Amino acid sequence: MKRRSTTRLRSFLPVYILLIPGMLYLLVNNYIPMVGIISAFKRINVNDGIFFSPWNGLENFRYLFLSGAAGDIFRNTLLYNTAFIVVTTVVAIALAVLINDVASTKLKKLYQSAILLPFTLSMVVVSYVVFGFLSHENGLLNNTLLESDPIQWYSEGQYWPAILIIVNLWKTVGYSTLLFLAALVGVDRSLYEASSLDGANRWQQVLTIDLPNLFPTIVTLTLLAVGRIFYSDFGLFYQVPRNSGAIFDVTTTIDTYVYRALISAGGIGQSAAAGFFQAVIGFVLVLSVNAAVRKYQRSSALF
Amino acid sequence: MYKQSRTYRLLAHTALLLVTLSMFLPLVLVFMSSITDESTLITDGYSFWPQQFSLDAYAYIAANSETVFRAYGVTVIVTIIGTVVGLFLTSTMAFALSLPELPGRRVLSFLVFFTLLFNGGLVPAYIMWSSLGVRNTILAYILPSLLVNAFNVILMRTYYQVTIPAEVYEAAKIDGASYFRIYFQLVLPLGKPILVTIGLFIALGYWNDWTNGLYYVSNPDMFSIQTFLNRMIQDIQAISSNNTGTSVTSNVPAVSVRMAISFVALLPLLIIYPLLQRYFAKGIMVGAVKG
Repeated sequence: MKRRSTTRLRSFLPVYILLIPGMLYLLVNNYIPMVGIISAFKRINVNDGIFFSPWNGLENFRYLFLSGAAGDIFRNTLLYNTAFIVVTTVVAIALAVLINDVASTKLKKLYQSAILLPFTLSMVVVSYVVFGFLSHENGLLNNTLLESDPIQWYSEGQYWPAILIIVNLWKTVGYSTLLFLAALVGVDRSLYEASSLDGANRWQQVLTIDLPNLFPTIVTLTLLAVGRIFYSDFGLFYQVPRNSGAIFDVTTTIDTYVYRALISAGGIGQSAAAGFFQAVIGFVLVLSVNAAVRKYQRSSALF
Repeated sequence: MYKQSRTYRLLAHTALLLVTLSMFLPLVLVFMSSITDESTLITDGYSFWPQQFSLDAYAYIAANSETVFRAYGVTVIVTIIGTVVGLFLTSTMAFALSLPELPGRRVLSFLVFFTLLFNGGLVPAYIMWSSLGVRNTILAYILPSLLVNAFNVILMRTYYQVTIPAEVYEAAKIDGASYFRIYFQLVLPLGKPILVTIGLFIALGYWNDWTNGLYYVSNPDMFSIQTFLNRMIQDIQAISSNNTGTSVTSNVPAVSVRMAISFVALLPLLIIYPLLQRYFAKGIMVGAVKG
């Protein structure tokens, strides 16, 4: 018996050998930094590294909250992500319904590939694209529509919630639309025929056929997004506002704060403290959301 | 086939056409701005149809082409190495975790999966990679992103489980094939579609990445194209500054050069996009039904 299990193990030896590089990589890239999260409770200096720097209790957290940064960055991260979830979901559903109705395969393909184009661009390029519209001196808007009354976009905070929501929509809506489209493709077309014989118009069909069929996807995607609500798209918030200090109060999220604090003199402590909050709250949220998805629809749960 | 009413179809196509335009037009603005005469730009700003065209910006880039070529070189090398190594790590792990009878599979799966749920954040990772000496080397672009998303491992594992029937393994084992041979001669070739799909996503990630450059690279000789573009936001002179410290910047057509360089950075992607988008669309939908 024992012999048999050792030969069995031996036959798997190549599999374990194949696993070594990947596991080693996860150990270095993921697991060691996980332990490094204790840096939030230390007075880090780069010479001593995380493990040999002296402890300093909750001092980093005290700075984070006393500086007033904590309130802003948590509020911005939460509010922007909430807006992104709502706006992107609604628009993506509308687009998926419209594209699914297109009879010509060629046009369908064209629409699909067009809406996915921004998804493949880097945020740096996107920031140049936005700059083309908003640049104070050379931007398209200030030289055409707003010629008589130009707006200093990069220094006036009140416009940025709208700008960031639009840019995020432009960049990500294609991805969500394809996910919804995948769910709609399976719907039996004869359902529409039958309901239209019953006198239903397209809007009523959306309510009675499309939305019920999309519902599982909507719930799953929304819950997963809620699980990541403490994580912001670093590129969007760092690149698109062009690091403009005048609008930091409406454009700084946890991720951009962590980066800026990290590279500022003496800011590494607050940076680690904010990162600690993000990791821990994010972890709890993902677990609870997954439990919710599991309850609702087992097959869509992450685990 | 059932059809909607005429008015509805008209409205739907109009809406979709407008959306399609809104996806393209911003990129057209970048291109048109890049071929606009510098003094026209200064008086009229960026526009879709400039008064005065000029290729000065591209001439300027050509005159300083060494910087751009070098940055492209870095990006190409990083993308190729990163994609190959990343795919190797992803597929070996996916293969191992796809074997139901592998002893310890549950623990190993958990170790992979947990990295999706919890991470130490930027500060520990930054200190660790810096202390490992990757700063200002090509490794700074490659190493931190090799398995940027453990979700790919799960996708690939599911693909192997669903598409490669158990009989294939049985037959191979009866023939006396080891798991090495099964992986290299059966699983890799049979799983080619998923390798291509995930490989393209990994490659796109490397091609577009500017964050590793921001964190770990300060030497202009080592800039990738995205890092270069990012530095140029703050410093238009980045293009002409070279090692010797001398720079000729007095007559940089700065306003148009910005757009020209973004377009140069964008171009390869635009060219292969018609080919790529099919795979991306498929990959996204595969993720949707991850199983």
